[in-house]
Amino acid sequence: MLSKEQLLPIQKRMRINIVKMVANANSGHIGGSLSAVELISTLYFNEMNITKENLTNLQRDKFVLSKGHASPLLFSVLCEKGFLAEEELMTFRKIDSRLQGHPNMNYVDGVDMSTGSLGQGISAAVGMALSYKAKGLDYRVYTLVGDGESQEGQVWEAAMAAAHYKLDNLCAIVDLNGLQIDGDIIKVMNPLPIDKKFEAFGWNVLYVDGHDVDAIMDCYAQARAYKGKPTVIVATTVKGKGVSFMENDAGWHGVAPNKEQLAKALEELGGE
Amino acid sequence: MAKMATREAYGKALAKIIVEDDNIFVLDADLSKSTKTNDAKMVKPERHFNMGIAEANMMSVAAGIASGGNTVFASTFAMFAAGRAFEQVRNSICYPKLNVKICATHAGITLGEDGASHQAIEDLALMRSVPNMTVIQPCDDIETEQVIRAVAKYKGPVYVRLGRSAVETVNNENYIFELGKGVVLRKGSRLALISSGIMVQEALKAAEELTLQGIDATVVNIHTIKPIDKELIVELAKTHDLICTCEEHNVLGGLGSAVSEVVSQEHPVRMTFLGVEDTFGESGTPAALMEKYGITARHIVERIMDCKEKGLI
Repeated sequence: MLSKEQLLPIQKRMRINIVKMVANANSGHIGGSLSAVELISTLYFNEMNITKENLTNLQRDKFVLSKGHASPLLFSVLCEKGFLAEEELMTFRKIDSRLQGHPNMNYVDGVDMSTGSLGQGISAAVGMALSYKAKGLDYRVYTLVGDGESQEGQVWEAAMAAAHYKLDNLCAIVDLNGLQIDGDIIKVMNPLPIDKKFEAFGWNVLYVDGHDVDAIMDCYAQARAYKGKPTVIVATTVKGKGVSFMENDAGWHGVAPNKEQLAKALEELGGE
Repeated sequence: MAKMATREAYGKALAKIIVEDDNIFVLDADLSKSTKTNDAKMVKPERHFNMGIAEANMMSVAAGIASGGNTVFASTFAMFAAGRAFEQVRNSICYPKLNVKICATHAGITLGEDGASHQAIEDLALMRSVPNMTVIQPCDDIETEQVIRAVAKYKGPVYVRLGRSAVETVNNENYIFELGKGVVLRKGSRLALISSGIMVQEALKAAEELTLQGIDATVVNIHTIKPIDKELIVELAKTHDLICTCEEHNVLGGLGSAVSEVVSQEHPVRMTFLGVEDTFGESGTPAALMEKYGITARHIVERIMDCKEKGLI
């Protein structure tokens, strides 16, 4: 278990790597990766049981990045865990790389599901949780869902199934950053209220400031303790968090920074 | 002759293997009495999960279960397995090469009375075009049981195409199914009838009738449509003047296309494709539909006589 202070340098390096990876590839999704750094670093270091020793086990705690376009987020946390070398991050989105634009589970140990096509990851997480329940295994399953992603009908098919089978070993985290490619989620196609929808489908609903590590840890603990229903943590976040000119700007959903922007971003993040 | 639908044989086979292997999971989408996965549910309810009328979710759930080292059988009608959930099958199952067996029933026009909305005539085209996918269509109950046992052992995604209507048993008890190996059921010369699924029975009947016209046809059962038995098809092309493919599927993209992809590149020989002529079906009995849409033994005979008149054989 790492303290809030111990997580800070990890989160700083993750943000730096996210920005560098996307800049180096000249493509990729920065905004929605930066928004969930606290959520995912806390998950990997303080909540999930995932280690070098159990990494290749087919059955263990699992994480499904349902919003698969936030692959820089996933690769950066796997790097912090020591599952991926930092040099390899700079192969992201390049030919012959294991680090695909959207993650492939067969290329990288620690990527628990190939995702990218929105709505499918949460269903796969339901399948994992269902199989653990059926086999009497104690492992837990986590999935990060985008707020825009919740416009996909499949998210709600999955929500229905998870509640139906009382998958209290499943915890979905909604990255509510309020923006999608074409702009504000409420203007493009309003998916709100996401919390009430999950609640209506039979989920336990928790709310958190997605950048407050103590509150996030408290939510994970509550989710773990809650029995009889799956839990969704609706996390209010800032898209592009940590880089002032990227924050709350839909324009930074899937655009790479140029040289000057990269330098400015790294300066703000305290990197080189 | 004994008759049984391939979906019935699937249900019986699944009910046997599910008790032998604790890592087998079965998913269905509110059609378990029709797809016959209910047989497995009766013997092992703790491994059978109804996912409701939500096929897209079912396919991705199947992927998640399979990712833990399990074997998943996911069933619904072919229309919804290959059609509605196509992209989940592609991205959740085939791209990561997960161990999911999509056993799709009520394929083709012989689904019958429900009509065109439910009659999948495109599923072979869709499924065989996805990388990592294996595509199998058994022709009778004996072959189906062996197919189900074989795919349970094979690691990776498989699409098994099954029918609604009872069909005559073609194979005998000594039959051995081998994935990817076509079966020569009748050896003739000059004409090869290459068939699959319920059209195997029709091709065999047509071959009998053709003997009266002085034509001695070879009849082949291509149960594995992908990967297709190239070696056998090239051999058939080398030793016959005309290949007629017989399928209960659109003539675009199915068995005929798969065979011609081999023939045209390896040893070109004249072909004729018998199947549904790029048109939607309608309500009716399976027999009436086969008659109207031109996929009976009689239609095969007529097609061959027509080819004979044109001097192709």
